[in-house]
Amino acid sequence: MEQKLNTDLSTSTSLSFDDIGMIFPDGTEALQNISFDLSRGEFVTIVGPSGCGKSTLLKIASGLLEPTSGTVEVDRERLGYVFQDATLLPWRTVSKNVELLAELHGTSQQERKKLVQESIELVGLEGFENHYPKSLSGGMKMRCSLARSLTLKPPVFLFDEPFGAVDEITREHLNEETQQLFKQEGFAGLFITHSISEAVFMSTKVLVMSARPGRLVAEFDIPFEYPRNPDLRFDAEFAEMCGKVSVELRGSHS
Amino acid sequence: MNISIKKEESSAAVMSQPSRIRKYTSSFLPPLILGAGVIGLWYYISFGLLEEKRRFLLRPIHSVIDVGFLDGDNRTESLKALWSSTEVALIGLSIAISLGFILAILMSQAKFLERAIFPYMVTLQAIPILAIVPLISFWFGTGQRSRVVVCVIIALFPIIVNTLFGLQSAERGMHDLFSLHHANRFTRLRKLMFPAALPAIFAGLRISAGLSVIGAVVGDFFFGKGEAGIGQMLKKHANRLNGEELLACVILSSALGVLVFWIFGVLQDKAVGRWHEANSAS
Repeated sequence: MEQKLNTDLSTSTSLSFDDIGMIFPDGTEALQNISFDLSRGEFVTIVGPSGCGKSTLLKIASGLLEPTSGTVEVDRERLGYVFQDATLLPWRTVSKNVELLAELHGTSQQERKKLVQESIELVGLEGFENHYPKSLSGGMKMRCSLARSLTLKPPVFLFDEPFGAVDEITREHLNEETQQLFKQEGFAGLFITHSISEAVFMSTKVLVMSARPGRLVAEFDIPFEYPRNPDLRFDAEFAEMCGKVSVELRGSHS
Repeated sequence: MNISIKKEESSAAVMSQPSRIRKYTSSFLPPLILGAGVIGLWYYISFGLLEEKRRFLLRPIHSVIDVGFLDGDNRTESLKALWSSTEVALIGLSIAISLGFILAILMSQAKFLERAIFPYMVTLQAIPILAIVPLISFWFGTGQRSRVVVCVIIALFPIIVNTLFGLQSAERGMHDLFSLHHANRFTRLRKLMFPAALPAIFAGLRISAGLSVIGAVVGDFFFGKGEAGIGQMLKKHANRLNGEELLACVILSSALGVLVFWIFGVLQDKAVGRWHEANSAS
């Protein structure tokens, strides 16, 4: 059933970068000639060294930044965007935080309530609806942030190193859950990270970005079947894949 | 989807009885001990250091209570004066809050407004209140209105500064989030900037509440006409060397200051106590 859904939708491009270049007013060249397409049912991860302009690319995709050259095509009405920080409003409870975006979009109260309930269940935060962010762990804050974007039922989901600040075990859990969400919701995912194993574990495709100015230097299709088992990480094939990405990444550093 | 999270105990754990008693003891005992020490020192100065004819400089505490609070006429007079000053302080504080909010919100909306207004606020704050009292009495007379004006001038600055600082304290990422979803200016102010500002606003309110009482007393002290407030009582008793009544009025006016400070502390706790990280309970 899900397989069919994906093949149906993979023909239509959800997000398209065409020859994006970005030079900041202070003269720093952040991005150069970035072109690629992303469709529903694709989960593309960009790995690259810190400060190579990965986050800038997401800001451009979302419209927070205007590129100095090139064009982006994407429907920005219902764009999922998870930031590096959970950016939860501390004065709102979990369910009120999850409700925020639907509120900003003027969704009716009844509809909002339903969306909030569904999203909270999707990320497994039931029972924490009335907690304030200050009493949540880092991983739970991130889940809440994910749930907030899920209320939009986004066709395109941008992830800006969302799990960089949580511990290793929580991160692996969140990777598994994100991968399940992707399979279940069928969005087009664009994920930014500098963790190679995170990239290979979740993605259908991994792109390697060079140090500043950021350019795409390599592309790897990740062949593993979904849903991916946590033990995949100890597979020889998985290790080999990570190795290949790592070699390219190291090459791009020098 | 099958996700298991360990239920984390929320931080508000139920306290056991003995530990609660210990908590109260540890928070009330130190000020009680210090208070007893101060009273002891007071008696020592009244009876040990001052001879009979100079004792009016510091009357012993029991005669302050006796004359200042237990004497019916004195008490009625002082309480009436206290109420008059309370009224002035409340009116002044309300005006300062409204005016402060409006100015801070305006300044938060446009950088050029902030640049335009801020220097004058600093100037207003820097004027010694004594220097403009004659002007205020020229313009507003010597009644309640002038006292309120003094009150507003003294209490306004902390409200503006703290509110403005609070409105500007929402994180960049949160603003990005609101931008992504096309929130207009008003929505951003109402759902992001204002709630984010609340802890700072209350910090400002608590300072200004105390200052408004000072403003009311100082104003009353200078404008000798009209209904007598605590300031005029202080002046009268000082002139007549009524040590007991003087001290009673000092105690009353500081009690008023403490009361408004405490009230705003409680309000703060109600408004932001549940979610604010560094929630300083009253």
